[in-house]
Amino acid sequence: MKIAIASGKGGTGKTMVATSMAAALAPIHNIQMLDCDVEAPNAHLFLNPTINEIKPASINIPTIDYEQCILCGQCVDICEFNALALLGDKIEVFEQLCHGCGSCSIHCPVNAITETPRKIGELKFGTFNKNRPFLFGELTISEPMSTPIIRQLKSNMKDDVEVTILDSPPGASCSVVATLHDADYVILVTEPTPFGLHDLKQMIGVISETGSLAGVIINRDGIGDSAVEDFLSKNGYPILMKIPYQENIAEGLASGKLLIDIIPEFEDAFLNLYEMIKEQIHEEIYH
Amino acid sequence: MSSLNKVVKELVILSGKGGTGKTSITAALVHLASQSPTKSIFVDADVDAANLALVTSAEHLEQHDFISSKLAQIDPERCNLCNECYEVCRYDAIELPTEANPTYRVIDLLCDGCVSCVYSCPQSAIKMIDQQDGVWFFSSSPYGPLFHAELFPAAENSGKLVTLIRQRTKQFAENNGGHPLIIIDGPPGIGCPVIASSTGVDLALLVAEPGLSGSHDLRRVVQTLEHFQIPQVICINKANLYKKGVEEIKYFAEENNIQIIGELPFDTSIPKAMVQSKPVTVFSPNSPASNEIKKLWEKLQKILFD
Repeated sequence: MKIAIASGKGGTGKTMVATSMAAALAPIHNIQMLDCDVEAPNAHLFLNPTINEIKPASINIPTIDYEQCILCGQCVDICEFNALALLGDKIEVFEQLCHGCGSCSIHCPVNAITETPRKIGELKFGTFNKNRPFLFGELTISEPMSTPIIRQLKSNMKDDVEVTILDSPPGASCSVVATLHDADYVILVTEPTPFGLHDLKQMIGVISETGSLAGVIINRDGIGDSAVEDFLSKNGYPILMKIPYQENIAEGLASGKLLIDIIPEFEDAFLNLYEMIKEQIHEEIYH
Repeated sequence: MSSLNKVVKELVILSGKGGTGKTSITAALVHLASQSPTKSIFVDADVDAANLALVTSAEHLEQHDFISSKLAQIDPERCNLCNECYEVCRYDAIELPTEANPTYRVIDLLCDGCVSCVYSCPQSAIKMIDQQDGVWFFSSSPYGPLFHAELFPAAENSGKLVTLIRQRTKQFAENNGGHPLIIIDGPPGIGCPVIASSTGVDLALLVAEPGLSGSHDLRRVVQTLEHFQIPQVICINKANLYKKGVEEIKYFAEENNIQIIGELPFDTSIPKAMVQSKPVTVFSPNSPASNEIKKLWEKLQKILFD
C-alpha cells in the first residue's frame, strides 16, 4: 500500500505529517519512507536515517560517433526537447535539455548514437527506526529536471513492506504526478487561508486525474478562516485531522523535532488515521 | 528601446523551502512600489500554486491559452498489436491490451511527449497531439500591472510557462515605460521553474525561515543562484519563532558574503491580511511586519538603483 502526502502550496506541513506518521507506524508496522521532494528534501532531518548506500541518479544522454554519423539530421528532427542541433559538420548535444527518452539513439539509421549516463543527482538509501527502509533523492545544484530522480528513487522501493509513505514535492505538476500517480491514498495537507484553499483545489484537480482516494489534513488550524472547511464539506472530501496553530509546534519543528514528540497525543492520532485509510482502501477494492 | 531596457531591473523572490512567506512579502513590496517613484510590474512565477493575484485584487485584462506539450495518441484502427511502442517507451506510458480493452493505449499522465513510439510504429498509427497546459493572464491591480498564469493540474512545462510570462512582462515594460522595476514572485525548490524565474535577474531576495528545514533549503537555493551568478540578499521571516535558527542563518550569510537586509517577526497580521485578500502593508500599515517590510523596501531600492 502506498500513501502519499502532498499539497499544492509549499510549507503547509507535508514533511511534518509524513515524518510523524512514519515515526508513529515504524515500531509496529513494516513500513518504508520515501522523500520524493528531491529539490528540497527535509524528511531525513527529522527521522535521522543511517545512510548506507549512495547511488548516482542519471539521465542517459546521446554520444555521437562521428565515424558513423552521416549528418542526416534525423536525431535533430526527432528530439522534441531541442537537445540536439546540426551545427556545421557536427551534431551538438545540449545535455541539460535532454530528457533521456532515447528516441535519437533508437531511431538513428546508422547506429551512430550510444547513450552515456549523465549524473543529475543522488539516490540515498538507509534505514530509520532500526531497520525500516528510508530512501531519498537529491537533485544536483543547477540541474533543472527532478522527475527522472523521482522515478529512479521509486524504482528502488522495496516491495515486501506493508506500507510505503511518500513525501511529495510541492506544486501540482509533473514532479508531483511522478510521486503520486500510483498511490493508493493521498493525504492532502493544507492551511485554512485563501492560498491554502486555492492550491488545495489545484491538488484536487491532480487527484481527479490520477484517480486516487484522498483526504485532507488542516494544519495551522485557527490561523485563517473557514473557507477550506466549507469547500471540503460541499465537495465531499473528508477532514482527516486538524493540527492547531501553536507557537510551541512551530518552534519544535524548527529545531528538528517530530510533531508526535512535541504533542504526544498525535502518535495515536496517526495510528488511527492509518487504520482508517487502510479500511477505506480495502472498501474501495472490495466494493 | 535598448537604453530603456537597461533601466528596467528585475527582482526575484525565492526561498528554497515553501511557505516561508514569499508571496505575502511580494504583495507588500508591490504595494510599496506603487506608492513610490519605483513603480513596478509584477509577475507570479509560481505557476503551480499561483497566489499573488489573490492578494492584489487583480482583474484580468487578457487571457491566453498556453499550448506547449504534446502527447502521443494511438489509432486503434491502424494498430496491429506489434508491441514496438511498448518496447521503446521509457516512461511506462503505453498500456498493454487487456481482455476488456484489446488495444494499446497511451497513459496521458505518464507520457513525456517524446516521439519514440511515433517513429517506432510500423503502421504509422501514432500521432502527437498538442496539449493545452494552462492559461496566462495580463491583469490590472491597484498596485500596477500583473502577469500571471495557472498551469493546469498535472500538466507539464512550468519552466516554459514562467519563461513566457517573463518575456511578455519585459516586452510590456520596454514598450510602455514608466515601470523601472519588475518584481517576480518565485516558486519553491531549486529546479526548472526556479531557474526559469531567476535567469538574468538583477537581484534575488531570499525569504529565509529559521529552523532545520529552512536553513537546509536556503543553502541549496543560495548555491543554485551562485552557480548562475545572480546577486542575492536575505530577509529572515518569522524570526522570533526560533532564535537559534536566526543565528544559524546569520552565520551562514556571513560565511557566504550575503547581506541580510531584513528581519521580520512572526506577525498574525500577515495571515489576517491574506484572509482579507490584501497586502499586509495595506491591511495593517503599522503592524510590526509592515514596518519591517517598509525598511526592506528602502534597502532594496538602494541596492537596485544606487
